[in-house]
Amino acid sequence: MAQEKVLEINQLKTYFHTKRGIGKVVDGIDLTLHKGETLGIVGESGCGKSMTSLSVLQLVPDPGKIVEGSVRLNNEELVGKSEKQMRNIRGNQISMIFQEPMTSLNPVISVGEQIAETIREHQGLNRKQAFQKSIEMLKLVGIPSPEKRAKQEPFQLSGGMRQRVMIAMALACNPEVLIADEPTTALDVTIQSQILKLMKNLQKKLKMGIIFITHDLGVVAETCDRVAVMYAGEIVEYSTTEELFRHPKHPYTKGLLQSLPKLYEDQEELQAMEGSIPSPFKEHQGCKFTDRCPIAEDSCHQIHPDLKMSSDHSYQVRCLFYQEEKELTKGMSSV
Amino acid sequence: MLAFITKRLAQTIPVIFGITLVVFLIMQMVPGDSAQVLAGEGASKETIENLRHNLGLDRPLYVQYFDSIAGLFQGDLGISAKSHQPVINEITTRLPISVELAFYSTLITIILGMTAGIISAVRPYSVSDMSVMVVALLGISFPSFWLGLILMYIFSVELQWFPVSGWDSVKHMILPAFTLGASGAAIVARMTRSSMLEVVRQDYIRTARAKGIRGYLVIYKHALRNALIPVITVVGLQFGALLGGTVLIESVFAINGLGRLIVESIRMRDIPMVQGGILVASLVFVIVNLFVDILYRFFNRRIDLN
Repeated sequence: MAQEKVLEINQLKTYFHTKRGIGKVVDGIDLTLHKGETLGIVGESGCGKSMTSLSVLQLVPDPGKIVEGSVRLNNEELVGKSEKQMRNIRGNQISMIFQEPMTSLNPVISVGEQIAETIREHQGLNRKQAFQKSIEMLKLVGIPSPEKRAKQEPFQLSGGMRQRVMIAMALACNPEVLIADEPTTALDVTIQSQILKLMKNLQKKLKMGIIFITHDLGVVAETCDRVAVMYAGEIVEYSTTEELFRHPKHPYTKGLLQSLPKLYEDQEELQAMEGSIPSPFKEHQGCKFTDRCPIAEDSCHQIHPDLKMSSDHSYQVRCLFYQEEKELTKGMSSV
Repeated sequence: MLAFITKRLAQTIPVIFGITLVVFLIMQMVPGDSAQVLAGEGASKETIENLRHNLGLDRPLYVQYFDSIAGLFQGDLGISAKSHQPVINEITTRLPISVELAFYSTLITIILGMTAGIISAVRPYSVSDMSVMVVALLGISFPSFWLGLILMYIFSVELQWFPVSGWDSVKHMILPAFTLGASGAAIVARMTRSSMLEVVRQDYIRTARAKGIRGYLVIYKHALRNALIPVITVVGLQFGALLGGTVLIESVFAINGLGRLIVESIRMRDIPMVQGGILVASLVFVIVNLFVDILYRFFNRRIDLN
C-alpha cells in the first residue's frame, strides 16, 4: 500500500455549546488516511462518527463548532479556512455520501442537474458539457440508460439507483477523499453488496482514499483496510481490520464483536451490550466506557486512559488494563 | 401532465353544477318575492301575477333550475330587476375591475410576502427576522378596511400622493391593491419563513452544501423551490378569495368591482343580479383553483391525482 498521506486529523475537537452545557461530540480524534486506502470508523449511533466527518468538511450544524485541532488535506490546514475556500474543497477534493439516498437528493431537481451543478461549480464547464459529464458519471456508476435517467427526478429512481446517483455526484470531480457516511445502511442486502463492490472498483480506478463510516461490522470486514472504533467522541481502538477482528483489545470492541450474531454456533439468544452511550454533555473524569465495561475497576473512574500505541506501531488502544502481548483475560474468559 | 390537466378539468364539472344548485336554492330561500320587487310598490296583484308568469316564476322549481342552467350555457344570467338590462352585461363590465384589483394585490402579496419570508428565514431569530415577523403579525391583525382608511388618510388626504377613490390609472390602484395584499403578504411571509426553516434542515440541503454549492444557490435553487410548494397553494387560494373578498375594499375606495355590485344588488333585492354575481365569482374561484393545482403539480411533480 502506498503510504502517502492524504488526510490527517489531529486532536480534532467539535463541541456543541448549548444552554445545557458543552456537548463534547468529537473529543480529540486523531486519524490518518492514506492514498487509495479505506479507513473505517465504527461505533454506535451517537458516538460522534458522523460529526467527525462533518467536521472535516466544516459542515457541523449549529451550535456545533470545531474548538481545537487540525485537519490537513495534502499537508494543507483546513481548519480556519474561509467559507469560500472550504466551498472549493467540498465536492471537489473531499466529497461525501450520506446515509439516506431517499432524502439526500433534492426532490425537485433532476438527478443529472444535481450532478452537473457540482461539475459546473468546480470545473467551470458550461451547462451542456457539465450535463454530458453527468451522463458519463451515471454510466460509470452502472445506471442503465443514463441519458434518460439524467432527466428524471429522484422519486422516479429506486433506493439503490439513488445511492448510485449520490456516488456519481460525489465522484464527479475526482475527489482525493471520499467520506461515505453509512452509505449502505438504508439499502437491502443485495443492493448493499452491489454498492460496496461499485465503491471498491471506483476506488481502484480513481485512487482515492475512503473514510467509511458505519455501525455494521460486516461491512467493515468486507471493505476497510484499517478501522477506528469510536466511543463517546473518542477513538478507543485503532488498527488494521484483520487485527481488529482477530485480536480485539478494547473491551468495547470485544463487546461489539460479541454482539454479532454467529452463524455457525448454536446461539440461544443474541448477546447484546448492556447500557447505552453516555450523553456528550456528561462530565467524565475517568474512562468514558466504565459504566458499561465488564472489567472496570475503581481506577477506571479516576484516570482517563490515553490512546496507547503498540511498540510496532500497528495498533492503538485506549484502556488502562491493556498490555501488549498479554491478552486481557480478566473477567472476559469467553473472548 | 396533459392527462392530469384533463382529469382535473373533468373534476370541476360536478363542482360547477354544485355551485349553481346551491346558489339557486339559497336564492329561493331568501325572503322576499322578486316578482313583487320587480313590479314595484303599489303594483296590483294581477300585474304581479302576470310578471311572475312572464318570468316563469310560477313553474316548478326544478324546471326553473334547469332553465337557468340552459341559460347559463348561453351566457344568459337573466335580467336585472333594477336596470332591466341583462345581468351578464353588468357583470362583464365589473368583473375585469375586480380581477385587476385581485391580480395587483396578489402581486404585492407575492413580492412582499416571499421577500420578507426569505429575509427572515436566512437569519432566523436575528433582528431582521424579528422585525419582519412583528410587521407580519401586525399585517395579519389589522382589518383590511381599517388599514385602507388609515392608508387613505395618510397618503391621499395628508400627503396627497394618491387619489382617494376611483379606478382609472395605476395611481388609483396602488393603495387598494396594497391594502388588499397586505394581510396576504403577512400570511405568505410567515409561511415562507416556516417552510424555508423546515426545508433548510433537510438532508438534501446538507448534500448541496457538501457539494460546495454557493450559499445563495443553496437558498434559491435548492431550498426555495421546495419551500414554495405549500406557499403556492396559499397564494392561489388567496387570489381566489380576493375576487369575492374585495367587497370591503371596493366600498372603501369606491371601486365599481364585482364585489360592490353584489352588495348593492343585495340591498336592492335584485335577485338575478346577486345570483349571477355569486355564480360568476364562484366560477372564477374554481378556475383559479384549477390553475393553482396545475402550478402546484408543476412545482411538485411527485403528486399523483390518485
